[in-house]
Amino acid sequence: MNYSMLIYILGSVLKIEGIFMALPTAVAFFYREKSLAAFLAAAVLCLALGIGLTWKKPSDMVFYSKEGFLAVSLSWVFLSIFGCLPFVISGDIPSFTDALFETISVFTTTGASILSDVEAMSKSGLFWRSFTHWLGGMGVLVFILAVLPMAGGRHMYLMKAESPGPSVSKLVPRVKQTARILYAIYFVMTVAEIVLLLCGGMPVFDAVTLSMGTAGTGGFGVRNDSVGSYTPYMRNVITIFMALFGVNFNIYYLILCKKWKQAFRSEEVRMYFGLILLAIAVITYDVRKLFPNILEAFQQAAFQVSSIMTSTGYSTVDFGKWPEFSQSLLLMLMFVGACAGSTGGGIKVSRILLMIKSVKRELHTIVHPRARMKIKMDDRVVEEETLRSVNVFIGCYLLIYALSLLCISVDDFDFTTNFTAVAATINNIGPGLGAVGPAGNFDGFSRFSKYVLMFDMLLGRLEIFPMMALFLPKTWRRH
Amino acid sequence: MQIIIVGCGKVGTALAAKLSVEDHNITVIDTDSNVVQMVANTYDVRGVVGNGASYSVLMEAELEDTDLIIAVTESDEMNLLCCVIAKKAGQCQTIARVRDPIYIHERSFIKKELGLSMIINPEFAAAMEISRLLCFPSAIEIDTFVKGRVEMLSLRISQKCALDGMALKNISSALGCEVLICAVERDNEVYIPSGDFILHVGDTLSMVASHKNAAKFFHKIGLHTNQVKNTMIIGGGQISVYLATILQKMGIMVKIVELSEKRCEELCDLLPKAVVICGDGSDEELLSEERIDQMDSVVALTGIDEENIILSLFAKTKVKLKTVTKINRIQLNDVIRSLDLDSVVYPKHLTSEMILQYVRATQNSIGSNVETLYKLVNDNVEALEFHIQENSKVTNVSLQKLRIRQDVLVACICRNDQVIIPKGQDQILPGDSVIVVTTCSGLTDVADILES
Repeated sequence: MNYSMLIYILGSVLKIEGIFMALPTAVAFFYREKSLAAFLAAAVLCLALGIGLTWKKPSDMVFYSKEGFLAVSLSWVFLSIFGCLPFVISGDIPSFTDALFETISVFTTTGASILSDVEAMSKSGLFWRSFTHWLGGMGVLVFILAVLPMAGGRHMYLMKAESPGPSVSKLVPRVKQTARILYAIYFVMTVAEIVLLLCGGMPVFDAVTLSMGTAGTGGFGVRNDSVGSYTPYMRNVITIFMALFGVNFNIYYLILCKKWKQAFRSEEVRMYFGLILLAIAVITYDVRKLFPNILEAFQQAAFQVSSIMTSTGYSTVDFGKWPEFSQSLLLMLMFVGACAGSTGGGIKVSRILLMIKSVKRELHTIVHPRARMKIKMDDRVVEEETLRSVNVFIGCYLLIYALSLLCISVDDFDFTTNFTAVAATINNIGPGLGAVGPAGNFDGFSRFSKYVLMFDMLLGRLEIFPMMALFLPKTWRRH
Repeated sequence: MQIIIVGCGKVGTALAAKLSVEDHNITVIDTDSNVVQMVANTYDVRGVVGNGASYSVLMEAELEDTDLIIAVTESDEMNLLCCVIAKKAGQCQTIARVRDPIYIHERSFIKKELGLSMIINPEFAAAMEISRLLCFPSAIEIDTFVKGRVEMLSLRISQKCALDGMALKNISSALGCEVLICAVERDNEVYIPSGDFILHVGDTLSMVASHKNAAKFFHKIGLHTNQVKNTMIIGGGQISVYLATILQKMGIMVKIVELSEKRCEELCDLLPKAVVICGDGSDEELLSEERIDQMDSVVALTGIDEENIILSLFAKTKVKLKTVTKINRIQLNDVIRSLDLDSVVYPKHLTSEMILQYVRATQNSIGSNVETLYKLVNDNVEALEFHIQENSKVTNVSLQKLRIRQDVLVACICRNDQVIIPKGQDQILPGDSVIVVTTCSGLTDVADILES
């Protein structure tokens, strides 16, 4: 373990966070809020610590897979701890546990809140929540790779540990260029949404924060009823953009390069849109009686499906009051999640796809015991290595799911609440059902349960293994 | 530049490592996904799994935007096919490694007809390098500049050498010949020395001189300057055949020791004038019988690195002038250097070095004007040859008035066949070739030698 390099990366992360805290500080200044001092203090603290840690450039800059994984998971822990300081200092969320929960929830783009009255929060605090959604969506280390001069080949390990999906590949030969292209696409799409929302007459502050929340597939709104009180046009814009941000960003790059054929050939994206459309159709039919007309039902169903599937977690109505069937279907979608290489959470469509194909192969070998069969995706043979990692991932996922469920059941909530609370956090969705449904929040849980859920959120965002590596004594050894 | 490398063997990987550091965008292609994964994880390059001769795979590697494709897979035919397809599909330059001796006389035909920019035969290159070393047995390493007119030689100062204890500024007057010592390695530190630098036993020098002056210099300091008269080659592989052919042309007697009887017969057929011994080259009895102690030089060219090293260490105690060791692996370089071997030749290294030189030279049109590039002293020093264009910033000013960087030394100026070892009052003129030695890497233009 190269500790000096690890410290250097953590320092860079804190510096970036300190610099980004200037944005909410500016917002606080603009709205003349007293949280200005809190943001300023936190920013200065981050910067000072960051500069201190990166003061001495490590002589030994090499790092391998292990350092990459550890750097990413520790960075996220540090980001969250320092990111919650403004809330604590300004008194928006006085309890440290609650503030940490809220911050981890924003960074991991979960959007599970412990606040019941969002509108009471300062504007700068709300802005910080949404901005961290945006940053957490694409990843902070990917951002660092894009802007800081870090030469060397092994930085791919950082990107691999932070980007979701069973296999991460570069778009162009250089990691730096790849990171820049990703952020450029991300930025342009976010701006596009802001502009479209402004065209619909949404206030600037709401448009910016909601768009950032959509882009990161986070799901924190700035009103108590999430996005329920906006016009149908705005809701539809958000519906479309939520779905778009759940698509693998490689596809956008292919489209930019005019490689249409390759882009539309992607089985994952086709399955993703297929699932969305199917779910919308079924739920529209199921909830048609709850709304005055079928169009309204369709719009609400579309919004909810794309919100849950991409793990955003905005809500327009309390789907906890929808028929059981629709609720169950939404719950299923929570697990499926978005595409690999997007900003969304969940198990990821590509993993599900590979799992289905593995099952098909298993059945095939029952019929023909000596048969050999390669699994293919996008006309390409999938490595056994990838399949193995998908299987281990899903195994681990279920195990952690069960353990978390056991841990938080101590609080004596009903099964639906507990089950969906874990589902909503580990899949980075936000709202679940029951007491943690769109109308409720996570405040009722005990401190212990909150820490369990925070851990689940980080596990879900970083796809389990980087966080698990933290608890392995081997990783911490120098050799 | 955008470069595609097909084949991730030792050479392909070494090239990916070096070129990606030099600001080129590299995509590697190989059929083995594990290797591709490994290379893409270790260096800042993109990996594509597939057959490099396939159009769709090349397209996936973005052939349209590629400037250069380097094919270094195991198979010659595969390499040629890759280049031909790439040439037809995209407008790029092509380099292929072709090593089968069948093609050795058809290289220029293949190159011209298939439109290749460069064909590399690592074994032939290694044989050339070894033959140069045998011509100048006192030097450890020899590189040439300005189409062979200027030589850069490395030598180690031994006991009772006249150079021991001499300051650099006194060398020319003491020995009466024009040479320039441009880098000194002492205890793993590299110095670009000034005139007051005093040489000691054990230093490794890199010096620039014309061929005539170099010979004179070696003579004056009491080292052998004549080429070897006979040589014993241990191992009868492809390099041995090339080497024997070259050496015989120069009138050097060649004795080859080879284990396999079948190969011995082939060698007899290929090299009728050579003495071919069938036997184990690591057998001390056999070597003594063949009078290794009477040989001028021994070249260890078996397929096993370890055996070559041990053979050379043994031969060094017997042989009069020179031992050369061939080593295939490029890693663990430091260990090999720490052994007191005479000259070491790395065919894999040579291949990547030649391609690297080509890439640097191609950048000519893209703003750089490096003609030749050598890495010296364990890659710590670069020697570069620049061709001076009209209106360059360094022309028509005497060198002492130019603000040249601390870590740069102008080692040599070549003007119309004349080799000038520059003094302070000399000037660089347009049309000259200038050799620059530096410890900083990545110079692309002669103007880079000035302080910014």
